[in-house]
Amino acid sequence: MSDARTNPNARQGQLKHEGLIFERSSAGRVGFSLPELDVPEVDPVAIWGADAVRDDIAGFPEVSEVDVVRHFTRISQHNYGIDLGLHPLGSCTMKYNPKLHEVVARLRGFAGAHPFLPDEQSQGALELMWNLERELIQITGMPHVSLQPAAGAQGELTGIMMIAAYHGSRGDARTKVLIPDSAHGTNPATAAFCGLEPVEVPSNQQGTIDIEALRAAADEHTAALMLTNPNTLGLFEERIDEIAAIIHDAGGLIYCDGANLNAILGKARPGDFGADVFHINMHKTFTTPHGGGGPGCGPVALAEHLEPFRPRPVVARDSNGTFRLDHDRPQSIGKVHGFYGNFAMMVRGYTYIRAHGAIGLRQIAEDAVLAANYLKERLKKDYELPHDRPCMHEVVFSDRKQKLHGATAMDICKRMMDFGFHPPTVYFPLVVPGALMIEPTETVSRQELDEFADALIAIARECEEDTEVVTTAPHTTYHRRLDETQAARRPVLRWGPAVETCGP
Amino acid sequence: MASESGGGVRNDMRGGGRYLSLGRDERAEMLAVVGAGSIDDLFEPVPEAVRFSGLLQLQPQMAEQELLGHLQELSSRNAPEQGAVSFLGAGCNPHYVPAHVDALIQRQEFLTAYTPYQAEVGQGTLQAIFEFQSLVCMLTGMEVCNASVYDGASSVAEAVLMARRLTRRPGKVLYSAGLHPNYLEVTRTYATYLEIEFEEMPVSDDGCTEIPEIGDDVIAVVLQQPSFFGVVEDLRSAGSRIADTGAKFIVATAEPLALALTATPAAAGADIVVGELQSFGNGMNFGGPLVGFMACRDRDKRNLPGRLAGETVDADGKRGYVLTLSTREQHIRRAKATSNICTNEALCALAACIHMCSLGRHGLTALARHNLAKASYAREALVAVGARAVYSAPMFNEFVIDVGSDAAAVVGACAAKGIIPGVALGRFSPQRASQLLVCATEVHPRAQIDRLAAVIGEVMA
Repeated sequence: MSDARTNPNARQGQLKHEGLIFERSSAGRVGFSLPELDVPEVDPVAIWGADAVRDDIAGFPEVSEVDVVRHFTRISQHNYGIDLGLHPLGSCTMKYNPKLHEVVARLRGFAGAHPFLPDEQSQGALELMWNLERELIQITGMPHVSLQPAAGAQGELTGIMMIAAYHGSRGDARTKVLIPDSAHGTNPATAAFCGLEPVEVPSNQQGTIDIEALRAAADEHTAALMLTNPNTLGLFEERIDEIAAIIHDAGGLIYCDGANLNAILGKARPGDFGADVFHINMHKTFTTPHGGGGPGCGPVALAEHLEPFRPRPVVARDSNGTFRLDHDRPQSIGKVHGFYGNFAMMVRGYTYIRAHGAIGLRQIAEDAVLAANYLKERLKKDYELPHDRPCMHEVVFSDRKQKLHGATAMDICKRMMDFGFHPPTVYFPLVVPGALMIEPTETVSRQELDEFADALIAIARECEEDTEVVTTAPHTTYHRRLDETQAARRPVLRWGPAVETCGP
Repeated sequence: MASESGGGVRNDMRGGGRYLSLGRDERAEMLAVVGAGSIDDLFEPVPEAVRFSGLLQLQPQMAEQELLGHLQELSSRNAPEQGAVSFLGAGCNPHYVPAHVDALIQRQEFLTAYTPYQAEVGQGTLQAIFEFQSLVCMLTGMEVCNASVYDGASSVAEAVLMARRLTRRPGKVLYSAGLHPNYLEVTRTYATYLEIEFEEMPVSDDGCTEIPEIGDDVIAVVLQQPSFFGVVEDLRSAGSRIADTGAKFIVATAEPLALALTATPAAAGADIVVGELQSFGNGMNFGGPLVGFMACRDRDKRNLPGRLAGETVDADGKRGYVLTLSTREQHIRRAKATSNICTNEALCALAACIHMCSLGRHGLTALARHNLAKASYAREALVAVGARAVYSAPMFNEFVIDVGSDAAAVVGACAAKGIIPGVALGRFSPQRASQLLVCATEVHPRAQIDRLAAVIGEVMA
C-alpha cells in the first residue's frame, strides 16, 4: 500500500520546511541599499512634532537579501505552477503563459509609464490600448470595448451598471436580474451590488436554461439576464436565439459572462447571439498569468446603445492619427479603476492575440474543445457524466459512483495531487452535486491528457478497492490535508507581536 | 490548420501554433476516439444561425521576434524611453524596485499558480499572503488585513460599503477634499445604487482637513494620509472628533511609505484602513496593475471583503495556511456576499510583501526619511525660483505649488525640455488650474531636482 501512496509523478526531494520570514529575523541585518542622501536631512519630529511620528515598526523583519531570496524561493516550491503541468480547472482556463509576455510587459516605455503623463508622452501606450480594443471588437462581434475593469467580477459590475444606467436614462425602473442556477457566484453578488434582485432560473434535464421557466420569469421588471455561454457545464445554449428574443421582447438586456470565451474563439461571437454586454477574462482566454489569484483584467464589450455609459476615460483617435484620453463623457457610469485598468495585463493580452491572428485563435477553440471531449470519452465509464452530450471546452462529472464507496469529489481532488496534477474545479457548478469540472485547455499534449485520464481512472479503482488511500490523500505533498475547519473556527490571520491597542 | 488555411508549414512556424500542444496526427486520432468525423461535428451544439463561419478580421499573426519588435516600437513612443525625467506621483508613485523582487515574482511557482483554493499545492502563495497580511497590520497598526483588492480607489469604495454594512443604515459619508479625486469617483460609482449621500469636508488654508460636527446620520468619515495634496493629516485629533459618534473612521493612503514615519492610523482610532501599496515593489505600468489593501479591527473581520489567509495545521499537525472565512465571499454566499470580488492582485501583493521584507524594520524608516528629505528640498528649490507653496502643513514626499499661470501649459513647456514636473490639478478642479502636484522620492538625484527647479523657473519667467 505504501506504493499506492507514492507516485513517480509526484514531486519529491529537496522541499524544505520554511518558517515565516519573521522567524528568520536577526537584529542588524539589512536587505536593501539606498544612495547617499545628497540633500539636507529633515527630522520629521522637528516638522511634524513628536506625537505625529512613530519611532518603530515593531515586528518588521530584519533580513538580508539572501534571506529574502532563499525564503521566497523555498516557499515557492510548495506551489504547483503551469510550467509543471496540467491545471484542469473548469471555468478558469489555466493555459500556458508565454514567456514573451513577461519580457514585453517589462519594456521601459510600458512598465515605467505614469498614468498622468501628457497624452503626447504616452502615444505608444494609448495606441496599444486602441489596437487591443479593435481586436476584441472583432473577436466579440460587438462595436465597443472598455478595457478599464481590473478583473472579470469588476467587468460584470461595470456591465450591470451600464445596463442599469441605460434603463435609468429611459426612465424605465427595472428591478430584477435573471440568473441561471448554473451561474458563477459573482453573478448574483454583482446584481445585489447594483441594488437589483437576483432571480434564479432553473436548468433543464439537458443542462441548459429551462426556456419555459425563463419565459415565465421575464417581464417588465427584468433589467437583464446574466448568461454564461457556453455555460458552466461546458454546454452551448442551443436555443440562444429564443433566449435572446424572450429577454429583448421583455425590454431587458443580455449580460453575457465571458468566462468561457476560449471555447468559441473564431467560432461564434456574442455580438451575433444577442449579447448587449460581454465581459472578457484576459487572464483566462488571453493568458495573462494567474499570479496565485491575480491580477486579472476584465474588459467589457458592449452594444451601441450602451456606449454612452462606458467608464471614463475612453481612448480616442483624432483625425491626424494621434491618440488621447477622452474624459468628457457626461453619461458615463464613472470610473471603476483608479486609472485606466490593468495596463500591463493588456500588453500581455494584446501580445497573445497578435501571436495568433484569426486562424490561430480559431485553432485554440478547436483544440480546447477537442481536448475536453477527448477526456469526456476517456473518463465517462469510470465517472458519472450527468450530461452526456458533446461538450465545449470543459466537461463536468460527478462523484456519485465514488461516493457509494465513501470517497468524495474533494477526496479525489486531493488524491490527484499524489499523481502530480493540480485538481480540477470541485463542487461547482452547484447544479451538479459532487461536481468535478474539468477544462484541459489547448495547451496540453495528448500524452499528458492520457496521463491525466489514467490517473483519474486509477483513482476510481482505488475508490473501490482501497478507499482509505483516497480519503486520506494527499500523501506525497509536503503538507498533508490541511484543516480548514480549524482555520475558520479560531482564525489566526497574522503573525505578530501584539499590535498597538485601539486608541484614542 | 496549416493545410486549411493554405499557408503551408509557414503559418505554424510563425503564429501562436507554438503554444498549441496537439500535433496534426494527434488531432485526427483524438477525433476518432470521440467519434467525430471532423472538428465541425464538435461545434454542432452551436446553432447554425449564430455560428461564425468566416475568418475574424484581425491583424496578421506575428512570429515572436516580429512581435517583440512591434512592442518595442510602441514602447519607444512613451516618455520613459525618451529620457524624460518625471515628478508625477498622485497615487502611482515612482520608487526603485530592487532586482530580486522582480526575479522572485517571475518564478513560475508564483507567477503561473492558480488561486490557492487547494491549499496543499498552494502553500507558497498562502504563506506569502499570510506574511503580507501580517506586514500590513504592523504598518497600519490594525488587527486584520485582507489578501488585496484591485487598487487604492476600489479599496476606499469597498471600505465605504463595509461601513454601511457595519452601521446597518443608509446615511451620509463625509470625505476630505484631500481624498484622491479618482478614489472618490470610483467610490461614487460603486455606491450609485446604495442611497449614500456624499459630503465634502474642505481643507483649511494650511492644507489639513477641517472636521465638522459629526451628526448621527453620518456612517463614515474618510481621510487620506498623506492627503492627495501631500499633507500629513493630524489623524489623532480627527479621530478624537469622530470617536463615539457611531460613524466609522476610514483612513485611506495612496503613499503607504509615509506610514513608516507617521503615527499609525490605528492609534488615531481608525476603524478601517485602506489604500494602495504600489509604492512597495511594483512599477507604475501606466496605472495598473496596482494593489489595494483593506485592514480593519478584529471585531469587524467578518464584514471584510476579499480573500483572507489563515493559519492552521495539516493531518500530521504541521503548521500550514488556507484561505479562510470564505462564507463572506461570492463563491459561497452569492447574492449575500460582502463583495463580488474574486480575482484580486495576488502577484502585486507578493511583490509588495517581498519589498517590505527586504526593507525591513529599519530600511523602511530610512527610505521614508530619504523621501521626506528629497521632497522638502524640491519644495524649497521650487519656491526659490518663484513658485508658491500652496500649503504650509507638514508634507511627506509630495506637495502642491502654484505656478502663477495655467499649470497644464507649464507641464507642456517643461515636457518639451525633458521634464514632466508634476500633475496639473486643473484636470480635477478648475479652481486649481495654476497648481501643480509634485512628487520627489529616492529615484530623484539632487541634480534632477535642481534641473526641475531651473526648468520651472525658466518656464514661469
